[in-house]
Amino acid sequence: MSILEIKNLHVKIEGEDTEILRGIDLTVNPGEVHAIMGPNGSGKSTLSYVLSGKDDYEITEGSVTYKGDDLLEMEVDERASAGVFLAFQYPIEIPGVPTMTFLRTALNAQRKARGEEELTTPAFMKVVREKSQMLKIRQEMLKRPVNVGFSGGEKKRAEILQMAVLEPSLCVLDETDSGLDIDALKIVAEGVNALRSPERAMVVITHYQRLLNYIVPDHVHVLSQGRIVKSGGKELALELEESGYENFTEQAA
Amino acid sequence: MADLETVERVKEIDVDKYKYGFKTEIESELAPKGLSEDIVRYISAKKDEPEWMLEWRLAAYRRWLTMEEPDWARVDYPKIDFQDLHFYAAPKTTEGPKSLDEVDPVLLETYAKLGIPLKEQELLAGVRKHDEPSQLDDAGVPSYGSGKVAIDAVFDSVSVVTTFKEELAKAGVIFCSISEAVKEHPELVKKYLGSVVPQSDNYYATLNSAVFSDGSFVYIPKGTRCPMELSTYFRINEENTGQFERTLIIADEGSYVSYLEGCTAPMRDENQLHAAVVELVTLDDAEIKYSTVQNWYPGDADGKGGIYNFVTKRGDCRGKNSKISWTQVETGSAITWKYPSCILRGDNSQGEFYSIAISNGRQQVDSGTKMIHLGKNTSSRIISKGISAGKSSNTYRGLVSAHRKASNARNFTQCDSLLIGDQCGAHTVPYIEAKNSTATFEHEATTSKISDDQMFYAQQRGLNEEEAVALIVNGFVRDVLQQLPMEFMAETQKLIGISLEGSVG
Ligand SMILES: Nc1ncnc2c1ncn2[C@@H]1O[C@H](COP(=O)(O)OP(=O)(O)OP(=O)(O)O)[C@@H](O)[C@H]1O
Ligand SMILES: [Mg+2]
Repeated sequence: MSILEIKNLHVKIEGEDTEILRGIDLTVNPGEVHAIMGPNGSGKSTLSYVLSGKDDYEITEGSVTYKGDDLLEMEVDERASAGVFLAFQYPIEIPGVPTMTFLRTALNAQRKARGEEELTTPAFMKVVREKSQMLKIRQEMLKRPVNVGFSGGEKKRAEILQMAVLEPSLCVLDETDSGLDIDALKIVAEGVNALRSPERAMVVITHYQRLLNYIVPDHVHVLSQGRIVKSGGKELALELEESGYENFTEQAA
Repeated sequence: MADLETVERVKEIDVDKYKYGFKTEIESELAPKGLSEDIVRYISAKKDEPEWMLEWRLAAYRRWLTMEEPDWARVDYPKIDFQDLHFYAAPKTTEGPKSLDEVDPVLLETYAKLGIPLKEQELLAGVRKHDEPSQLDDAGVPSYGSGKVAIDAVFDSVSVVTTFKEELAKAGVIFCSISEAVKEHPELVKKYLGSVVPQSDNYYATLNSAVFSDGSFVYIPKGTRCPMELSTYFRINEENTGQFERTLIIADEGSYVSYLEGCTAPMRDENQLHAAVVELVTLDDAEIKYSTVQNWYPGDADGKGGIYNFVTKRGDCRGKNSKISWTQVETGSAITWKYPSCILRGDNSQGEFYSIAISNGRQQVDSGTKMIHLGKNTSSRIISKGISAGKSSNTYRGLVSAHRKASNARNFTQCDSLLIGDQCGAHTVPYIEAKNSTATFEHEATTSKISDDQMFYAQQRGLNEEEAVALIVNGFVRDVLQQLPMEFMAETQKLIGISLEGSVG
């Protein structure tokens, strides 16, 4: 069974006329990494928000199935506990809540929702220590409030740390590479690669082929004006790097 | 109170939304309804008080007859019929402090339900094992300290039992009910009672002076650091009783004490009046840290029932270099009218007020502080966090004043309001009076809403709506939470979540 199956998905902003997603079809199987590329404003973040259940969007047509269930019927937190994770393009600040507390509250909330035992403090600390070491995140940073005062790169790394701790089945990464310096890019990519497994799938949204040198995708899709206009293997990303989106935008228009 | 599992345990009792809303079936002795000189005499006689105490009460009562109920606060409630209240209620089987073994087991059970492990307290001398890690703290925060807490539990009007008396006595600390202090330490009570909050101070304080039933008395001798946290746990059980506690804490020169106060009340349809007076005195170089977690029954969703909490709390930094710090977490009561204040009389004295006030449903809160700078080089600090949800109203009212002689008075005030939903109200009413040109007063205020983006982010990580609100609000109040003694912190975090249940969606 596929992890994610999107069929003819049409999406509008609530209360407005223009469609932002205009008939998306995408099937993601366990173990696969799909890259989505496309010009600014083509609907990449919108797709990630619709998958994670953000309000403000109206689905006018189509369906999304997650592990056989109707994803669009599920609440935001239900989707999270069922294993849908979104690494935000612009991570949100929560003043006064230490990152460590946030991680722990999130993990235990998900475990509770799945009917699992909450992790004990030592067990939790062990997990966090391992994962943050891998991502070269200092423990000091985890005492600071969620994303408050983090640099752009630190925010992105913190997103991947959350992903690593929560161990989702479907990881949607929205421009996780933007704002990262070259070393950080490698570290983050290693972190992501460490999570690749036969049971887990990833949708990686990016503007740059460079990330895909490190996180090598099985499939690459070009999203333009709310439609997937071309799909291919990892070489498609190279092609795009050479010639830009121009050809595809015209096709879509 | 001072037990990490309290909320969990009380949750199991599960009475509607208000987790502490159970009533204990024990016989109690009630004064006839109404208020008159005879009732004042009845209360005094019940407590076997000396003549001077009775006279003091009667003077207050006569004064009260000439006073009008204040109406300046931003709260709205039907007029209280003082002739329809019982001004004294005592559990029949316990006329005064006894050893634990003699206490009515039903009472002890009530305390157990409330999470006050009185029995365990004496046995284990602590609320938690040393090596037990905290369940809620943040990375790097050390686990709880010795966890020793001495409790003076007030059940309706009578202090039932005071734990840890012996250990405290060794340190020379006096910690007992105020009734006992009147008899055992009359020289201290005469000297200090009413010296901070005079009998004629305000309508409710004067009423309290006439009919106060019980409360705690603390005296810390010179140069003594109180060896443990002291705690009072108040609970209103009897129907139609007004609870009028009177607390008096004196920190003699160079001494220190941290005092915790927790409050709950069973659910009732009628409103219950609670008018307490707390007086603190610090002499030279002394410090008192006074923390309150107030969780009285707030009434139901339609505003029926709930406690009227009209409290006068004031500290007098009488000596030089002395310090008084108020920390309050106000989540309960239908109406809260409360302004813990500091009189900064001694040179170089310091006053602090840290407050979290949460209102939900139809609760009305009008709370804040007064910092009265009289001495030289005095400083004060006010951090107030107000959270309003539902159809509630939440007002911060503060006064900072510097007397003509208070050179170099300094104040910093920060007043933050957080709104949940769009049917609630938050108001900030700061008064500032500087009669000395060297005073520096700073005031900052913010009002914000929980953003949809924050909610979505937290929910995307697996928190449900209520958990997300609780988390964000706990972040908002963090600066104040950190002022609480460790024993209170974890529980307070949970309490904040509970009191905001149903505030979204
Ligand atoms: N809440 C909104 N209200 C109005 N328009 C919106 C809203 N959200 C998205 N849009 C519009 O929908 C389109 C797609 O936006 P989206 O953020 O999905 O693009 P993107 O592909 O992620 O772009 P980028 O590469 O710049 O991140 C844009 O034209 C954007 O302006
Ligand atoms: Mg985007």
